[in-house]
Amino acid sequence: MPTTEAQILDWLQAVTDPEIPTISLVDLGVIREVRVEDDGGVHVRLTPTFAGCPAMDYMRRDVETTLLAHGIPRVTTEISLRDPWTSDMVTDRGREGLRRHGLATPPKLNGGLLDLDILEYAECPRCHTTNTELRTPFGATLCRAVHYCHDCRQLFEQFKPI
Amino acid sequence: MNPTLDLLYRLADDQLILGHRNSEWNGLGPILEEDIAFSSMAQDKLGHALQLYTLLHELGEAEPDTVAFTRNAPQFHCCQLTELPIGEYDFSLIRHFLFDHAELLRFEALAGSSYEPLAQVARKVKGELKYHVLHANTWVKRLGSATEEAIGRMQAALEFTLPYALGIFETTDAEPDIIRSGLFIGEAELQARWEASIGKVLAQTALTLPDLRTLTPVGGGRRGQHTEYLQPLLDEMAEVFRLDPTADW
Repeated sequence: MPTTEAQILDWLQAVTDPEIPTISLVDLGVIREVRVEDDGGVHVRLTPTFAGCPAMDYMRRDVETTLLAHGIPRVTTEISLRDPWTSDMVTDRGREGLRRHGLATPPKLNGGLLDLDILEYAECPRCHTTNTELRTPFGATLCRAVHYCHDCRQLFEQFKPI
Repeated sequence: MNPTLDLLYRLADDQLILGHRNSEWNGLGPILEEDIAFSSMAQDKLGHALQLYTLLHELGEAEPDTVAFTRNAPQFHCCQLTELPIGEYDFSLIRHFLFDHAELLRFEALAGSSYEPLAQVARKVKGELKYHVLHANTWVKRLGSATEEAIGRMQAALEFTLPYALGIFETTDAEPDIIRSGLFIGEAELQARWEASIGKVLAQTALTLPDLRTLTPVGGGRRGQHTEYLQPLLDEMAEVFRLDPTADW
């Protein structure tokens, strides 16, 4: 029986973000398309969270090795901005994974403007208050901002809305 | 030059060169958060440069690495603002403020470009640039309303930098075609939007925006005329690449 796209996506649940092991690339939203070709080969289209993300090559490699290990004869990958990533592409399971890693989740944009209110908003991943303040829009990686919780009196990281 | 290539080279070279300059704050930032901010913006800008050089490659130009690392200063189309040394933190901050306001407005406009591959890149890049502008605004408002020394330094940096910033909007012979074909709204329209945008932020500080009509823009960069600072930057940036251009990293 030929492999289905659903099966491929299921296998790809095992491929996690190279820096956040609690979220899969599928739930992060960077895998935009999976296509099973007539000859049984598989094509995967990925999009970067941020254009300068240095982890893209690792993500490609992990996707390829995982599918080859499941017996797919030929795997091709493509990085494309055709369907550019926004933080709304993170699934509910993905948001849960971010929280498990101690990261605040990006507020939903729902197609709205990325304005200052959105950029400055974050819910503390520890106590869930929104009594927080954006300290710097640049963190340990391009996709993270640093906020401060006035209740916990602690800094925390947030996966940036974009 | 073909209008699309002309526009793409200017966009890409600005990103690469200012990205490199921003990276020079790595390890030197006045506080850790600023060290990280300038390093992150450097990484973003190199990412944007790569996307734009990739578009050029798809149009038949050389590979991104070849284009980035093997040209000399007269073949670069960046504005002179981007190539100036990082200097003191006040200058780097004001350059970042003036450049990224223009850049955000530029890429917001390019999101509607008639050249769809460029519009796609712009739709991605404009979201990232919001963070750059947010960062610049935060510090310009903070230092521009702080102590006498801070305000004095920021004002002096603003006055020194503005003529170079006006060079961002220098046009080339391709400008009428670029506007007519819907590739881009054009530099004059962009400059008008930029003046409104920086004016709004500066009005919230103790800084004074001089009458821009009295300033002489520093141009030349778009036509390959550069300051003495660009070639040494290129030599340093490409030093490792040129040791063995065929090496696999």
